[in-house]
Amino acid sequence: MSASPAVSAQLSGRSQANANAPVRIAVKNLDFYYGSFHGLKNVNLNFHDRQVTALIGPSGCGKSTLLRTFNRIYSLYPEQRADGEILLDGQNILDPKVDLNELRARVGMVFQKPTPFPMSIYDNVAFGLRLYERLPKADLDLRVEESLRKAALWDEVKDKLKQSGMGLSGGQQQRLCIARTVAQRPEVILFDEPTSALDPISTGRIEELIEQLRDEFTIAIVTHNMQQAARISQFTAFMYLGELVEFGPTTRIFMNPEKRQTQDYITGRFG
Amino acid sequence: MASLTEEIALAHPEATRIRRPPSKGLDGVFRGAAYASAIIVLLVLAGILASIAYGGWPAFREFGPGFITSTSWNIGTEQFGAWVAIVGTLASALIALLIGVPLSLGIAVYLTQLCPGWARKPVAMTIELLAAVPSIIYGMWGLFIFAPLFARFVQVPVSNLVEGLPIVGTLLYARVPSGVGILTAGIILAIMIVPFVASITRDMLDQIPTILRESAYGIGCTTWEVVRHVLVPQASVSIIGAIMLGLGRALGETMAVTFVIGNANRLSASIFDPGSTIASRIANEFNEADGMQLNALMALGCILFVVTFIVLIVARLLVRRVKVA
Repeated sequence: MSASPAVSAQLSGRSQANANAPVRIAVKNLDFYYGSFHGLKNVNLNFHDRQVTALIGPSGCGKSTLLRTFNRIYSLYPEQRADGEILLDGQNILDPKVDLNELRARVGMVFQKPTPFPMSIYDNVAFGLRLYERLPKADLDLRVEESLRKAALWDEVKDKLKQSGMGLSGGQQQRLCIARTVAQRPEVILFDEPTSALDPISTGRIEELIEQLRDEFTIAIVTHNMQQAARISQFTAFMYLGELVEFGPTTRIFMNPEKRQTQDYITGRFG
Repeated sequence: MASLTEEIALAHPEATRIRRPPSKGLDGVFRGAAYASAIIVLLVLAGILASIAYGGWPAFREFGPGFITSTSWNIGTEQFGAWVAIVGTLASALIALLIGVPLSLGIAVYLTQLCPGWARKPVAMTIELLAAVPSIIYGMWGLFIFAPLFARFVQVPVSNLVEGLPIVGTLLYARVPSGVGILTAGIILAIMIVPFVASITRDMLDQIPTILRESAYGIGCTTWEVVRHVLVPQASVSIIGAIMLGLGRALGETMAVTFVIGNANRLSASIFDPGSTIASRIANEFNEADGMQLNALMALGCILFVVTFIVLIVARLLVRRVKVA
């Protein structure tokens, strides 16, 4: 007996983990500090190409902290720092010489709440593109349409591209943010509890979308919802108190966890 | 439903206690006092407006619409017109905005985005202290210290440089480089509105959710791009409000302007030349004014009232348009 029936039910009929997929991100001996607080302790972990890896664990376990190191968004705050190595396609992104703007175009991020920019739907998607590429108007239009289609939003917004992005529903706004990220053609997309502010129907659509995006992108998702992790991920990492407790194919983590703490968490004994 | 209520009542006898009867009389007094406070303000405002309009009426009747468009202000012949003062008011306020608003936005962006944590408080405090300086101090400093330096290091060299050139040769030529004038008044006004505009803008930028800022950085924006395309547009409604508050203050500021504007009733195309504003004209002349001159000053006051009112309405419309867009 391991995962609860509700979680086990989510595991059937899903695509299996491909452990032979090349490693896209390799985390090596990573330590993270908020001032003097030791937030991540010697984390070692691989993220495989075009697989969804879920980071789960109770609040404060460091799963968001880990996610936020992959695009170095933490470096907006001078008191936060990371030690160790994070290799993205073999290049250590913690190296101070790394161009942060370029890194963030390669590693996109979607946040807990939808964050449309105060501009039109079209510009929300085109904005990120314009930062990096000088495209003729026709090409830009194509890229915007392509990105909105990939985010399963095109049919809902194609007639109102000039309207403000703030006028969309919460679920649509979140898909707009995904389109904005996808438009930059990143290698990796980070999702930080992307459905925590959404209703169940919008949540379902975002989950379907993440499944589709897996064909093209390497995905890391932080989630509080174990059923969500079971539904959409191929690999799961369980974290507790800043340490990586257990990592493996999602099916194994939920059906047959090796560590006592993992079992206690996924069966709902704490968390 | 009823049985549940009864059960609760039985389990907790104190819950059945009857509420202390509300003291009707006191409540009425309280409501009356609140109404009265609101109405008194309206009455005072209406009273001020009405009495100024009444005082200015003879001047409006005597000179007609020409009072607004005429440039003469001759106490001897009792010919009065407001145009020079209106232009001076608008020009000095416009200059104050042109200088003060970018400065204020820069301060607000620095304080919220770039400033290291330990320096935030002291810098913000210093800027707020600027608002606490009485306007007569600005006027005195402007006249005795700023104006002579401004004449020597700006007016004289710039006038020499642009003399004879088209447009700038007129706009930036000082016939008498005394240091006082429309531009000097605009600069002093800019310093005076900066603390208001900067403080409000800073508060508004602070209220923008962290994750909006992080998502802008998250797609690879530089600080400039984050501020220019995301943060400032997000706070635009409030920033326009802050600017209008600054404009209101610049239009009506009296003491500091009276010191440094030169108080000349002459329409000049050069911003280095002395001029006057509505407020400075009134401050200069009310002491000895009587008869038609006093009526004309009252009429000027009316015009200032109306100009300020129009600014307020335009601000409201702008804010509404930005909200809809």
